[in-house]
Amino acid sequence: MSVNTRFLDDFIANDVSFITSVPCKQLAGVIEEIETREEIYHIPCNKEDEGIGLCAGAFLGGKRSAIIMQNTAIGVSINALVTLTQFYRMPLPMLISYRGELGEPVACQVEMAIHTKALLDRLLIPTYHFHKEEDIEEFDAILKHTFMCNKPVAILTDASFWKGN
Amino acid sequence: MIRSEILYEIAPILSDHLVISNIGLPSQELHLIDDQPTNFYMLGTMGLASSIGLGLSLVQEKKVIAIDGDGAVLSNLGTLPTIANNVANNFILIIIDNGSYGSTGDQPTYAGKKTSLAAIAKACGCENVIECSAEQTSETLKGALASNRMTIIVAKCESGNVKVPVITMDTVAIRDRFMNAVKT
Ligand SMILES: [Mg+2]
Repeated sequence: MSVNTRFLDDFIANDVSFITSVPCKQLAGVIEEIETREEIYHIPCNKEDEGIGLCAGAFLGGKRSAIIMQNTAIGVSINALVTLTQFYRMPLPMLISYRGELGEPVACQVEMAIHTKALLDRLLIPTYHFHKEEDIEEFDAILKHTFMCNKPVAILTDASFWKGN
Repeated sequence: MIRSEILYEIAPILSDHLVISNIGLPSQELHLIDDQPTNFYMLGTMGLASSIGLGLSLVQEKKVIAIDGDGAVLSNLGTLPTIANNVANNFILIIIDNGSYGSTGDQPTYAGKKTSLAAIAKACGCENVIECSAEQTSETLKGALASNRMTIIVAKCESGNVKVPVITMDTVAIRDRFMNAVKT
């Protein structure tokens, strides 16, 4: 089973029915997979803070939501994460492509990669780093944890994790 | 007419529906005029009222009215293509366009100069876009609700503010009360 299938199976098993996304090369497969699932309304957004707003709206309507994005967008998302998601205590799984790690061909991506964990740490966002394919085994538990504690939670998925997918 | 006068006029219409109101004075004025469990006040985050309103509209059937400002929409212009391409016929976005950043001291916005938010919304693919005067807002909103079609209303008004207290209600209380109102 590919990790893309697994991500979507776990989202659906945890009643996530609304997903917004901004694409990344590493996330192409998972975004393609969303489109095949009737249980999920996929709403591409133009910027990640906009997506965080969409997810907040879905949550207010009683539905579980999630965002799929690249780590380079953490900067533009901070205000929305802090003053909306955290301030109003809303759950938000953030499936994040962790660009700029080993195997990265684009130097610029490393510039943001070196800030990624420090920013998430500073924001007190629980963060899980998927480096090996078997790390996906924790995804279901991470989703349950997110909806239990009503917090944004980051899942960083690096190039080694995506290898072969 | 200024924004607070529009809010006074439309408050009786708003009270039957779910309302997401923009950060700053719009939320504070609405809270003062007619606090309702069906109002979700944004105490932070510039520009996301329309995004929250759309997300809420897409997952449940009650009518949702997002009250936004020209400055806020300019700060999140990407919202308009997303709205256009994800039609929710229970969603109405009212942009109260006073041509200024009211909450920060009435500095002019580009919407008060050459830029037309109604033209932008149409170019983004929004199908029902109505620009109206402040005086017509109430009738236009009633018409939009009766049409059962997703509508963007750009209500042109004068800039200016009245003195209103900040909202001291806790955010978790606001959202808990609102979520219960959505369910009932
Ligand atoms: Mg304004």
